[in-house]
Amino acid sequence: MSLMSALARMEAAAAGRARPRATVRHRHLAEHPLVLVPLTTAGEAGAPLGALAGTDRAAPELLVVPQPRDRDQRWAFLARLAGVLLPHLESALDDVEFEERKETDPETGKKVTVQAELCVDAPQLLVPNGPGVEFVRLLGRSMRFRRTAEDDPDAAYPAPPRVPLLGRWLTQYGERARVPGSCLLTSMTELLSRHWATGQSALEDQHLGALLAWIDPPEGLTGAEAALRAETGRDAGGQLLCPPAGPATDPAFDNKLLAPAVARFDAGVHGAEEEVRTLIESQLRPTWEAVWRGVDLLRGLPEGERVAERFKRDRWSYTGHRDRVRSGEPPQPRLDDAVTAAAKLAAREQAQARLEAQEALDDPLVMAERRLAGEAFEGEVVEVEMAWSEGKRPMPRPLVTLRTTDRPHLSEGGKVHRAMDEGARQSAEFVDGHGPGTLTLRLTNGMGRSKEPAPGTVPEKGDRLCWTLFEHSPRGGPGLPDVEDTPWTHGGPPSESPAAASVPAQTPGLPDPGGTVGSERPVEERTPAPLPLPDPVTSEDLL
Amino acid sequence: MSAPPRPAGTASASGPAAPSRYPSAEAASPAEAAAGATEAILHDALHSASRGVVVDSPPGAGKSTLVVRAARELAATGRPLIVIAQTNAQVDDLVGRLADADPELPVGRLHSSEPRPYDPALDEYAAVVTSAKIADLRELPVVVSTAAKWSWVKTETPWPHAIVDEAYQMRSDALLAVAGLFEKALFVGDPGQLDPFSQVGAEQWAGLTYDPSASAVTTLLSHNPGLPQHRLPVSWRLPSSAAPLVSAAFYPYTPFRSGTGPGDRSLTFGAPSDGTPVDRVVDEAAASGWGLLELPSRTTPRTDPEAVDAVAQVVRSLLTRRGATTDERSDASAPLTADRVAVGTAHRDQAAAVRAALAALAADEDTADAGLTAVAVDTANRLQGREFDVTVVLHPLSGRPDATAFHLETGRLCVLASRHRHACIVVCRAGVPELLDEHPSTEPVQLGVTVKFPDGWEANHAVLSHLAAHAVPWER
Amino acid sequence: MTHTEGSTAALRRRLAELRGGPEVLPRPLDARALAALAANPGCRRRALLDGAGVDKAALAQALGAPAPFGQSQFAFARGNSFEAKVKADGGAELIRLLCASTGETPPEPGAVTVPDLSADGPAGRTARTRAALFPSAASQDPPAAPPVEGTDEGGTGGWSLLYHPMLALDVAGSTAYLEPDAIAVHPDGSWTVVEIKSFPILDGSADAAKVGAAARQAAVYALALEEAAPGGQAPVRERALLVCPRDFTNLPTAHGVDIRKQRATTRRQLARLTRLEEIAAEVPEGTVFDPSRPAGQLSSAVESVPAAYAPECLSSCELAFHCRERARAAGAVESLGRSIRGELGGFTTIGAVLEAAGLGPDSESGTRSDGPSQQSVDRAEDEDGERADPAGSALRRAARLRSEALGEAMC
Repeated sequence: MSLMSALARMEAAAAGRARPRATVRHRHLAEHPLVLVPLTTAGEAGAPLGALAGTDRAAPELLVVPQPRDRDQRWAFLARLAGVLLPHLESALDDVEFEERKETDPETGKKVTVQAELCVDAPQLLVPNGPGVEFVRLLGRSMRFRRTAEDDPDAAYPAPPRVPLLGRWLTQYGERARVPGSCLLTSMTELLSRHWATGQSALEDQHLGALLAWIDPPEGLTGAEAALRAETGRDAGGQLLCPPAGPATDPAFDNKLLAPAVARFDAGVHGAEEEVRTLIESQLRPTWEAVWRGVDLLRGLPEGERVAERFKRDRWSYTGHRDRVRSGEPPQPRLDDAVTAAAKLAAREQAQARLEAQEALDDPLVMAERRLAGEAFEGEVVEVEMAWSEGKRPMPRPLVTLRTTDRPHLSEGGKVHRAMDEGARQSAEFVDGHGPGTLTLRLTNGMGRSKEPAPGTVPEKGDRLCWTLFEHSPRGGPGLPDVEDTPWTHGGPPSESPAAASVPAQTPGLPDPGGTVGSERPVEERTPAPLPLPDPVTSEDLL
Repeated sequence: MSAPPRPAGTASASGPAAPSRYPSAEAASPAEAAAGATEAILHDALHSASRGVVVDSPPGAGKSTLVVRAARELAATGRPLIVIAQTNAQVDDLVGRLADADPELPVGRLHSSEPRPYDPALDEYAAVVTSAKIADLRELPVVVSTAAKWSWVKTETPWPHAIVDEAYQMRSDALLAVAGLFEKALFVGDPGQLDPFSQVGAEQWAGLTYDPSASAVTTLLSHNPGLPQHRLPVSWRLPSSAAPLVSAAFYPYTPFRSGTGPGDRSLTFGAPSDGTPVDRVVDEAAASGWGLLELPSRTTPRTDPEAVDAVAQVVRSLLTRRGATTDERSDASAPLTADRVAVGTAHRDQAAAVRAALAALAADEDTADAGLTAVAVDTANRLQGREFDVTVVLHPLSGRPDATAFHLETGRLCVLASRHRHACIVVCRAGVPELLDEHPSTEPVQLGVTVKFPDGWEANHAVLSHLAAHAVPWER
Repeated sequence: MTHTEGSTAALRRRLAELRGGPEVLPRPLDARALAALAANPGCRRRALLDGAGVDKAALAQALGAPAPFGQSQFAFARGNSFEAKVKADGGAELIRLLCASTGETPPEPGAVTVPDLSADGPAGRTARTRAALFPSAASQDPPAAPPVEGTDEGGTGGWSLLYHPMLALDVAGSTAYLEPDAIAVHPDGSWTVVEIKSFPILDGSADAAKVGAAARQAAVYALALEEAAPGGQAPVRERALLVCPRDFTNLPTAHGVDIRKQRATTRRQLARLTRLEEIAAEVPEGTVFDPSRPAGQLSSAVESVPAAYAPECLSSCELAFHCRERARAAGAVESLGRSIRGELGGFTTIGAVLEAAGLGPDSESGTRSDGPSQQSVDRAEDEDGERADPAGSALRRAARLRSEALGEAMC
């Protein structure tokens, strides 16, 4: 944890309520996000128990599975979930604008500029917490390989129509959520803890009720008191006053209330289904309200200047998925191939660097953290000396001396950057430090193309400037090989044959005490099939 | 990464005629053992049918020498070769060594289009050609560049051969981006140094053979388990006082030994000790190869002023007492000068604090000409691959409130403890063994990921218990 | 362990006193509890209470800060039904999974011996387990050294599978009885610890925290097996077999998990329990942790043993909510997370940190936006100040930069 975040937490602990970690909102927040609060059955791999979902705070849809082990009920649940979620996820497919982008012409192999469609908006999905994001991913994984009766008339247990499609969308959203700063799918705990420092640990911040208690404690309670109540307060019947934000339920709820009700439902007792519904809703409602309270709190912060630029990348991601679905591509494979994995990692590292830079540029409080860490500095210009580069066409290379109380980690020749008006940028290199508090930079660009710098591009004495040691717009790496050109070092091109998904094709491990990486992994994992088979369906499967 | 224990019976693909993988290092002299290993490596590199050959090189085992020799022999076959290193400094160093070894051999230095993209010293070599465009260098017998630069190169016809240097510090995805450039490759690296890392979570791919955040060698061997694997068995840098410890603590499954014996090197001082702990620990290290200056136990910030001061004083003692070294290379003794001494830290701010403290000492008239500010002070990451006579190490766990995965990473301690030819002096607060004991061990386990050895806890304990015999308590 | 008979007896007596007398039976230590020792080995409170067999859940309840742990009966039922399914066919499927993981040839159907291990009481079951592990006879030596893994040579026996065997492990002078899910005996005489868990392995990977916990438990069993073998030369394999449901089905799949590190760690943690004597000696005479005592007494009893609270405790120790309350009341910086201490140097309380940052109660309040006075900043932030007190100086700089940024944003 950075010293400044630590200090903010300590201020919060002393003050009894959360303190700001940001002065602007660093994440896109849709006008009408869809909030999804899911619950799952304890001990089962993603057997949903119920959910509240919708874009209307006053009228969520309640979905309940009275007997989670019953396949038909599960299908019914997923079909209804698709009925609620897909209209939202597909709501922005056809409202497009055109963007120029470079593409390789498949015939000539040359880069050409094309007008590409870009969806004007991308629907947002909000869940309460990190495990909620994981659960969306799990739901996506469990649905996208299912086959409907239309896909496969012989399927023993055909999935309802549109369920596999929902699986693909949730997979897309779940993968996108791994990209730093992305906002298609995000959790309220992540959003809130990005913007406020509580007087508790980051671990405890994962409890949505406790987190909100610190940010917005009820009248008469400190954050710590309200958080303790949210974490441990129970009623006379031993039930939590603030049920967990899911997807896991509280064991006391399962054992004392839910299990008997499910047993009555199984026994065919009249009204038992309604009883289960009421019970599940009692667990979901407080979290539903909590997520919307979080939305209100976040709306109180003005949006950061560069948030829209980042959200545009989410829109590209949304548009790309739309195009893949429309062109009839198969669902996303179970595992990434080597090239896809490397490309994703590179994209995420770039997104991380971009996010860190943009948050600092958008928010003086974030920049202060970078300044404290020696990664940026602010100072007043005390001297400007004109100078030019050597060579045939001398270019302006003025020397600018600043006075600063910051302590940047600079060494000779180190590059620094600053944002100028209208999105322009300027770079400089560190020339020298003249004793404490004074340093000289040589401007190296951003002054136009002539010998004389363009007006306003060279700072003047008395200007206050903020320079960063990090780049403002980190570049991406080079392209990776095409999947079919995967080199021998990485196993060669993935096999074309559809991998069997029914039996784990275990390759015998080598007689190797240390273990060779991957020697025990099923073959299918190395060679994801272009046309994946559905998951095996047995009479006892869980989802 | 530490060396994953490998199956002992991995057959060399070059057949029964090939020399055994691990020449009988115990019986032969260090020079014979090393020569045997090198011959076997070159044999496989030149003649093996396998597409790759992997060479593990412990600290100071002659990796650069091997790379230069392999490059020259491969070039001599008439087939062009590329060399892929990880940093520009490594590339410049290799190009310089190649040009020194064979002034006639045309060597290409492919560089970026940034200002000052390569060491201007390379311009002095007649046969070295520098360019930012591969087209200018395509016909040369050897072209050297960084993995990052190579990844931008597109080619229809791959080079027949490549040498990948520091392959254990290269990430799998970086290898993926360049592996299409060559048919066959020699992969050389030190498995004991710092692992590559990624700035974002990569757990999603953990256990996959091609996990992009893993090291290039891990991926390579997962997909090609039959590749010939070799090991350089002798460290020419580490003295006989250090090789057994570093080998046992950091390379438990792939031991190596020192190329020199107990009497082959000496470090002496013209000025006698003044009896202070600083001089005493310097003398202890000069005599035994190791010294531990132990400060009282206390939790401190990273830039612990007392520890930083102690490090600076040790450096001053080293440089003002007319130190001299002798070694197996020459009969004459050489003065211990500032360029032969380094300070290693875990964090950049610690390095900055030590530099500031050295600058303050240098301002003192008595020590003004000792060159205190010319001493290399850097983090483990930046000292990787470098060599000095004496190193002063601020222990990564000194004064910490807790041990963390970062501070326990074996590669970090291994780098810091294996840069020296004569002696290593560690400055540390007492209480580190307790810190290690209190470290929670609740690491998550990813299915399919090879367990790394040694574990940080064991390696740290091994080093600390060895140092305990060379401890001098610090008093102000 | 290195106890003499006498000191062991003395420690046992002392621990019984701490529990509340010989009539208060120790809470039996299971593998989960032993594995959890590694979660916070620096905590003397936990070491003593666990080592003495105090019922920490009851203690926490009595202290008014009950642990929120519990198991859903849905999860319980699911775990049991999965385990039953895995074992249903007399072990053939389990052995097949094991062979697929090690590369051995699976035996013919019906060739797996499943000995009956039932007996009265844990000691009897332990004896039956020993007899099954060393089938040739209890008097004969077990295989001297672990054979090379993955070879089919060296042994003459067949496969056998021990379901719910019982193993004894000496923990701080008392015997803990441990019950692994299963132990497989290979034809070469070596043993594999089998852990059956109900979390899924989805597309080849599983929840790493859960796999880690399973590996630590398996390591405890491996140590107990070592203890069962005369001379400690137990042929326990380096890899345990983790059996889990595959994807969304309840078909079993399995993975070998290297437990060498976990074994080394657990061995160290158990060895450290010898420090119990030391910890117990520092507790005042008459201190008792019997949950039936009044809360006030219990609170001061607990307070007499230092704790090392960190938020991670909340998910692994029954007493954590009590310790958190005490840590927060004391303003301990660790209550905000272990990692927060890294740059605070000698500052251990929130009050001291805020004071050093110029944000203490004397300087108005911790929430003011004008920040520390420029004078104090100048004094503290010059080079000498920094060198003398880097933590304090960094805190003052942090506080100043933070308040400037917040002030700037408000304009």
